[in-house]
Amino acid sequence: MKSTGEHEPTLQPQRSRRGLWIVIGVIAVVVIIVVSGAMTNWFGLGGPSPIQLNGAGSSFAFPLMSAWSTQYKALTGVPGVQINYQATGSGAGINAVIAKNLDFGGTDAPLNATQHTQNPTLLTIPESLGAVTVAYNLPGLPAHINLTGPIVANIYLGVTTKWNDANITTINPGITFPSTSIFVQYRSDSSGTTFVFTDYLSNASAQFSSQVGKGKLVAWPVGSGAPQNQGVANAVKGQAGAIGYVELAYVVQNSMSYAKIKNAAGSYILPDLNSTAAAAASAAGSLPAGDGDWSQVSITNATGSNSYPIATFTYLLVYQELNIYPSGMTEAKAKALVDFLRWAVDNVAQTAAASLTYAPLPASVVTLDVTTIRTITFNGVALLP
Amino acid sequence: MVFPFRRGTRRALLHPTGSSWGDLLFQAGSGAAGFAILVLLALLAVVLAINALPSFRAFGFGFLGSTAWNPVRDEFGALPFIYGTLLTSAIALVLGVPVSLGIAIFVAELCPGSIRVPLTYVVELLAAVPSVVYGLWGLFVLVPLITTYVSPALQGALGFLPIFQGQIYDRNLFTAGVILAIMIIPTVSAVSRDALLAVPQHQREAALSLGATRWESIRIAVLSYARSGIFGAVMLGFGRAFGETMAVTMVIGNRNAISVSWFAPAQTLSSIIANSAREGAAGSLELGAIVELGLVLMLVAFLINVFARFMVWRFLGKREGGLE
Repeated sequence: MKSTGEHEPTLQPQRSRRGLWIVIGVIAVVVIIVVSGAMTNWFGLGGPSPIQLNGAGSSFAFPLMSAWSTQYKALTGVPGVQINYQATGSGAGINAVIAKNLDFGGTDAPLNATQHTQNPTLLTIPESLGAVTVAYNLPGLPAHINLTGPIVANIYLGVTTKWNDANITTINPGITFPSTSIFVQYRSDSSGTTFVFTDYLSNASAQFSSQVGKGKLVAWPVGSGAPQNQGVANAVKGQAGAIGYVELAYVVQNSMSYAKIKNAAGSYILPDLNSTAAAAASAAGSLPAGDGDWSQVSITNATGSNSYPIATFTYLLVYQELNIYPSGMTEAKAKALVDFLRWAVDNVAQTAAASLTYAPLPASVVTLDVTTIRTITFNGVALLP
Repeated sequence: MVFPFRRGTRRALLHPTGSSWGDLLFQAGSGAAGFAILVLLALLAVVLAINALPSFRAFGFGFLGSTAWNPVRDEFGALPFIYGTLLTSAIALVLGVPVSLGIAIFVAELCPGSIRVPLTYVVELLAAVPSVVYGLWGLFVLVPLITTYVSPALQGALGFLPIFQGQIYDRNLFTAGVILAIMIIPTVSAVSRDALLAVPQHQREAALSLGATRWESIRIAVLSYARSGIFGAVMLGFGRAFGETMAVTMVIGNRNAISVSWFAPAQTLSSIIANSAREGAAGSLELGAIVELGLVLMLVAFLINVFARFMVWRFLGKREGGLE
């Protein structure tokens, strides 16, 4: 502008006004500080502050943890116990609790053998159950088509590329499939959902097992990735012909179409609370102790005629001896943590979970959990009678 | 006698050799601040290198040329991400730079004074929009538009080219390039506008007095005079496209492979880091490989800067006006 030589009036603040603005600015800053201070309880006006328990991990468990947090805060009254849970993903949850940055971790995939050997006192507590659905976007088709493990594996391997593939049409008599391409969608972030899904596909298909394998992040030969359950749900909804794997709660919330999957007994089963609980019940007898190695635990492809085959436990990870944190852990806090765990696996909390499409734990798993929670100590003293 | 300065100033002026404490303190302070940048950069490189060591030991320089990225088998390579980064940035430049130059020329040379200021503000405001907002907008507005209209049209018209063949995924490399193009426009146009405004008025007058038309005067006198500054603006835009993470991660589709087709999902250096940074446990090969990708990103950025300096010095740096 300077080069064009235009004349522009220069604005000079008037002295009297400037003083006024400074005063107003100072008042505004003071008011903001006082108000935010009051809200964060600087001045002790709100009484003693609640005990804070910090956890993070599995994004699948996040809706449940937030509901439990509200419920438990109300139950414990004032000052009460505040549960803070962040949905950072299962891999991150495990890493953070191993680094002792969290009071508890949440994960859908158990600790692997190496992690368990290096952290033998990190207890595994199944907290709830989930199902991974195979969701699809085929306008005009029924809400629940039939699929099998080998077919889904072939789709994710890039072997089956069209919806009107003979393998798909023969198990869905009476449905006319379009000849469109299948757009494969997967999780791009490290995820317990991916672990469960690839665990199932590796069991269903030898080729999938050798070419891709199971893990929280794997090398998918085809398709495109989106972050978090909601990201995959959006990706499937956004493109006709898309297929993706999403936790049950998300397909229900997003009113998506999802497949019935053929289970070990040969029936096509729709994922819901009952079929998920049935899968857990059939596997419950063979679970390790809380301080044992859970790396091989899997309830995918469970036996039982009503079991949905892509089901999983979601776990909480807590240290057996709690006085090992470099800072921040007190006996009162340890006691609060143990009380919360005991409450979470019990009837009230599990019933609340069912209303959020998390299947309640079978009774035998609850008994196992209570036994595990009783072994938690602070300075060697058990915290739960 | 009345001395019109404050005391410190008077002392400084009376002792011009710089013996005052204030001067020394100021010199030391600003020197330390300047030096801190170098220390910070060195520390960053050292920490990255230390953490990348497991991966470097396992793969050596083969890491740069390998296309494998398989956390299950602990095989890692950077080539798909280097390819994705360079190609999306190149698409961004090809689409974004002409538009940016158009905006800059219009604002600096052609537009009436009354809309120049609002237009400048709007362009600069666009530069301040956080990238996650571009990402959201891209995901929910741009992606459906491109998938429905642009990509099928491109495939229809230019389908004989391998890059426009194959399945059209909704989130893909081409879409990422388009969103990057939009994101670099504010930066490139604002900086090139400044370069155009810095061209002395007599350049334009000389061209016009020789009988040049408006366009000829802009081309001969203004653009060629300002080309060094415009090149700098383009490199700045390239830098932004190159390192952009959030928006790209949301629209590129995140597939760890090199596909010939631009309509296939891909991955950039920064998006793979964003996707898997929380995965690797401390000391693991996987974390090492992720950190090494960070090093590669720094290295490629450094090489591009060196190349840009060289270009400016070799071809553009000579004091060449449009009319001399």
